[in-house]
Amino acid sequence: MSFLIYDGTFDGLMTAVFESYALKLESPQVYTKDQLGPQLFEQVLEVSSDEEKALRVKTKIKSILGQNGLQMLWKATLSEGAEVGNIVLGVVRYALKTEKNILKDYGHPSVLSLQEIMKKLSRERHRMTAFVRFKLASDQVYYATIEPDFDVLPLISDHFKNRYADQKWMIFDLKRNYGIFYDLRKVIPVEFHNPEAGQSLSVISIEWDETEKEFQSLWKNYFKSTNIASRKNTKLHLQHVPRRYWKYLVEK
Amino acid sequence: MGICHTYTEDGRCVSLLKILLTNHCIYDCLYCVSRKSNNIKRAAFTVDEVVELTINFYRRNYIEGLFLSSGIFKDADFTMERLVKVAKKLRQEHKFNGYIHLKTIPGARDELMREAGLYADRLSVNLELPTSSGLKLLAPDKNHKDMIKPMASIQQDILKFKEEKKLIKSTPIFAPAGQSSQMIIGATNESDLDIIKTSSTLYQKFNLKRVYFSGYVPVLEHQNLPMLGTPVPLVRENRLYQTDWLMRFYQFNPQEIVNETYPNLDLEIDPKLSWALRNRGHFPVDVNKADYHMILRIPGVGVKSAKKIVAARKFGALNLDKLRKLGIAMNRAQHFIACGNHIGISDMDSLTLRQMILQNGKSKFSANFSPQLSLFQ
Ligand code: SF4
Repeated sequence: MSFLIYDGTFDGLMTAVFESYALKLESPQVYTKDQLGPQLFEQVLEVSSDEEKALRVKTKIKSILGQNGLQMLWKATLSEGAEVGNIVLGVVRYALKTEKNILKDYGHPSVLSLQEIMKKLSRERHRMTAFVRFKLASDQVYYATIEPDFDVLPLISDHFKNRYADQKWMIFDLKRNYGIFYDLRKVIPVEFHNPEAGQSLSVISIEWDETEKEFQSLWKNYFKSTNIASRKNTKLHLQHVPRRYWKYLVEK
Repeated sequence: MGICHTYTEDGRCVSLLKILLTNHCIYDCLYCVSRKSNNIKRAAFTVDEVVELTINFYRRNYIEGLFLSSGIFKDADFTMERLVKVAKKLRQEHKFNGYIHLKTIPGARDELMREAGLYADRLSVNLELPTSSGLKLLAPDKNHKDMIKPMASIQQDILKFKEEKKLIKSTPIFAPAGQSSQMIIGATNESDLDIIKTSSTLYQKFNLKRVYFSGYVPVLEHQNLPMLGTPVPLVRENRLYQTDWLMRFYQFNPQEIVNETYPNLDLEIDPKLSWALRNRGHFPVDVNKADYHMILRIPGVGVKSAKKIVAARKFGALNLDKLRKLGIAMNRAQHFIACGNHIGISDMDSLTLRQMILQNGKSKFSANFSPQLSLFQ
C-alpha cells in the first residue's frame, strides 16, 4: 500500500490524485501530514502542490461531474475529516473509470461517504447562518465569533455579504484563528498575528457601542416571552440547538 | 420562514420578531385575550419603537424579519395605517431587506391594503375560524365575507403587478411571498373535513401560500366555548399540518384523506399511513419500477427519500440494504414496498398491521408534536 501526503489544500489533493495516476499506484491512500502518523514499512510519498497538475485533474473532473461536482469535492475538504482525501480520491477514481456522473449512485461507498459529508457540512453551514450573533462595536462594525466543527467561513461568506450589504461586519473563527471582514464592497480574509501562540480575537478587547447592551437585553426578554413553560421540551430543544452552540447565543 | 435563529424551550422555531402593535381592541371575539370585555392591561408600541427593534435585531442576525399584527384601535383604517407606516419606514428609511409579514385588518381602505403589499413580503387575512357558523357563534361582529373580500383583492393585485412587470421592468413586486391565512381549530365543533375543505378552497381560489392552524387555548368560561381546562388540541393541529403537507407536496387530493366516510383524522397515526392502511390495494409498491407519484405514497418515505430512490435506481436495482444506506426509515416503509426478494406484508389485515406499526414506533407517535418538526420521515 502506498501513502500520498498532501498539504491540506484542494490543489494539493488534486495534485496527489494526479500523481496516483502518473505513478500507477495500486491502492493509493491520501492524507495530510497530521492525519497520517509515522509509518514504518509503508511507502510514503510527499506531494507538493502543483497548479498545473491540479488544473488538469480539475478539468477532467469538471468534464465528467460538472462544475457542481467539482465544487462538491472542494467543499468536502472543508470538513477536515481524516478520511476526506481518500473519499474524494475514491469518487474521482470511480468517475474516471465509468466516465459517468456517478454522484447520485448512493450505492457506491465513496459516493455515499461524500454525500454524508455534504449533509454534515450543509447542516453546520446552516447552523452558522442561524447562530451567528453580531455585536455592534463603537467603530460601527458588527463583530461575531464562531467555533464551527468544520471550516465553513468560505461557505457562509456570500450569505452574509448579500444579507448585510450596507453594514461593515466581521466573523471570526476562533478555532482556526482567521476571519472574514466585509468592508461594504468585498469580503476579505483577516488573520491576527499574535506573538503568543494560542491567542486570538477573544483576547483583543473591543469597545462596544452604547446601545449594544440594551438590544441584547431586549432580545433576551423577547426570547423569554416566546416561551410557553407548560410546553417545555428539553429533548426537542437540544436537538435543534445542541449545547455546544449555546455560547454564541445572546439569549442563552 | 427561512432560517430559525433560535428555538424556544418547547422546541419551536424563532425566525421572526412577532409583535402585536397593541392589545387594545374594539371587538369582542370570545376566543381572544385582547377582546374588549376582557379585563387586562392595555398597551401599545409606537411605530418608531417597532421599527428600531426590528432593524436592530435584524442587523445583529437575531431574526429574519418582522411579523406584525394588531388589535383594532379605533377602526380598521386607523390601525392599518400604522401597520403600513412601520413597513414603509423600515424599507425606505432603513433600507431594510429582511422579511415583513403584515397581518391586515379586514375593512381597511383598499389603498392601504395596496400600499401594504408594496412594502411587505407577505400579507395575511385571518379567517379566524374554519366555518361561518362558528364565527357567527363566537364573533358575531365579524363574518367571513368581509375577510374573503381583501383576500380576493390581494390576489388580484399580486397578479396585476406581475402582469405589469412583464411590460415594465421597474414595476415593484406586490407581496412577493404571497398571502396566507390562519384559523383557530377546536374552538367550535367543526370536523377535520370542514377544516380541510375550507383550507383547500383558500388554496385553490385565492392561491394562498400557507394556511396555518392554531389549536384553541381555553381563555374564558362561556356556554359557546369548550370548557376551561380543555387541553389544547396539539396532536390534532399536527395531523392537520401533515394533511396540509400531503396536499401541497405529496400530490394528494383532500378527499383522499378526509371525506364523508372519514370526516376526522386518526390522531394515533399520521394521515399518510392512515391512507395507506385504507388503500392496501396499492401496496406493496415496487421501488424499482413505480413512478415518483407512488413512491411518495409509501409510508415512511419523505419527499427527499423519494427523490433519492428515483435517482439511485438508475445505477442499478435497489434492495433493502441499499435503501437503508440511502437513509430511508425502514421501520414503516418495509411493510409497504417490494424490492429484490423482499415483498411487503400483504396478507395481514389493516387493523393488525396498524397495531404492529404503532407498537414498533411507539416513541415516534406519542408525545411532542410540533408543526416545525419534520413531518414525515
Ligand atoms: S378583532 Fe382580533 S384582536 Fe380584536 S378581539 Fe377579535 S381576534 Fe382579538
